[in-house]
Amino acid sequence: MLGTFACLTTLTLLGFGTEVGTTSTPWWALGLALLAAMIFCGLLNVLAERVAYRPLRRAPRLAPLISAIGVSFIFVNIGLFWQGPTPRRFPDLLPQYDFMSQFFGLHTLVRFTFKDLFVLALAIPLMLGLAWVIRNTRMGKAMRAVAQDTEMSLQMGIDVNRVISFTFLLGGVLAGAASLMYGLYNNNTVFTLGFDAGLKAFTAAVLGGIGNVSGAALGGFVLGLLSALTVTYFGGQWENVGVFSLLVIILVFKPTGLLGQALGDRA
Amino acid sequence: MALLQVEGIHTYYGNIEALKGITIRVEQGEIVTLIGSNGAGKTTTLRTIAGVLRPRQGTIRMGDVDLTKTPPNEIVRLGIAHSPEGRRIFARMSVKENLELGAYTRSDSDLTSDYERVYTLFPRIKERLKQRAGTLSGGEQQMLAIGRALMARPTLLLLDEPSMGLAPVLVELVFRTIQEINALGMTVLLVEQNAHMALSIANRGYVLQTGKIVLTDTAKALAQNEMVRKAYLGED
Repeated sequence: MLGTFACLTTLTLLGFGTEVGTTSTPWWALGLALLAAMIFCGLLNVLAERVAYRPLRRAPRLAPLISAIGVSFIFVNIGLFWQGPTPRRFPDLLPQYDFMSQFFGLHTLVRFTFKDLFVLALAIPLMLGLAWVIRNTRMGKAMRAVAQDTEMSLQMGIDVNRVISFTFLLGGVLAGAASLMYGLYNNNTVFTLGFDAGLKAFTAAVLGGIGNVSGAALGGFVLGLLSALTVTYFGGQWENVGVFSLLVIILVFKPTGLLGQALGDRA
Repeated sequence: MALLQVEGIHTYYGNIEALKGITIRVEQGEIVTLIGSNGAGKTTTLRTIAGVLRPRQGTIRMGDVDLTKTPPNEIVRLGIAHSPEGRRIFARMSVKENLELGAYTRSDSDLTSDYERVYTLFPRIKERLKQRAGTLSGGEQQMLAIGRALMARPTLLLLDEPSMGLAPVLVELVFRTIQEINALGMTVLLVEQNAHMALSIANRGYVLQTGKIVLTDTAKALAQNEMVRKAYLGED
């Protein structure tokens, strides 16, 4: 939500705040908005970690969960001050182009628009990049080590606080990119947006298997299909029922998720 | 000056005093062993040296540095590597990645010779580099834990129960390896339940009982000591 506001503010400052059905896409402005949202969300996340999680590192597990809810209240209220209580239009800056009818000449109900392509073209490289960072870099290896065994990570000489900060930075940067995708795709935003998005992201991660990037991607995909099918066959008011029933079913029957590894495999 | 000087440390778990004034000295090039029964404080001593636990009293000096005031992730940079009780390898990461993490502080130099040293000591590790560490056998995991500690190229190696849960053949191999590592110039502080094996390779030893040192001598003399023979070597 704050990410979409950062995009919106950037685009407004650049003079594209109210564009509807543009004729030519200002790619440079979108690039700047993307950059602004990524930096803004990344730094915000680092700040939240420093203030709300680091002091609780040795506290019982419930404590950081509660402070996370507190942080989310603060964010929602910042959003409320920033853009007000009513939903805001997000400028429609991408070309209106349907590949199915205009490129392939197929006049079906199925559409594959430029917007769909845009989301894929941005999301897929980011996911591959994230997987690469986690798998191959020194920092990525340190991240996995800290996730498995913090105490032993310290014994390896890993500065655990720095690694956790970096992880939050990375998460925030990706959320910033996601917010531009959301805004350009849905052309609206509202200060409570993050609540729903957060729950769905959590569901997707649980569905795929926590701690597994390809699992989260698969989980997001399955979740998206399920939510679209629920809306089509049962009606929009049933969307969250479908999504969160799935979450409950997964948590009960396969808590490790679709691609998750068995937990508790410490040697 | 001693390489490591532990001076009167008291370590607590909550309100329970686990170490009641432990004083240990380790000289450059030695193998020093801590023996004693379960709960005597051997592992607690190593964990306090490694910075996992903090003593309420006492100092631990490595050269001029007081380890009790050094953050745990800086201690390995001072040349102390810890192969902990229960191995604590990163089970979900590959064998190679475990070794890489062992060398985490070594951004400085070329690691080829360090990998080669580990592979020479533990040929089995080399065969399994791509495997997930959690799928290794107990003996292989122990070798990996020691190899990982060696990758930091420490001056002092802390080894906690390296023989635990291993078949007798592997115990022999592990102890032979410790001697080889020591011959390469590394100082070793060894905690062992298997007092017999530990005393057979160590230069000196300390006997711990309920958080105190009750006896210290050369390993040879300890192996002859009547109390030690009765209590820890299983002789009547």
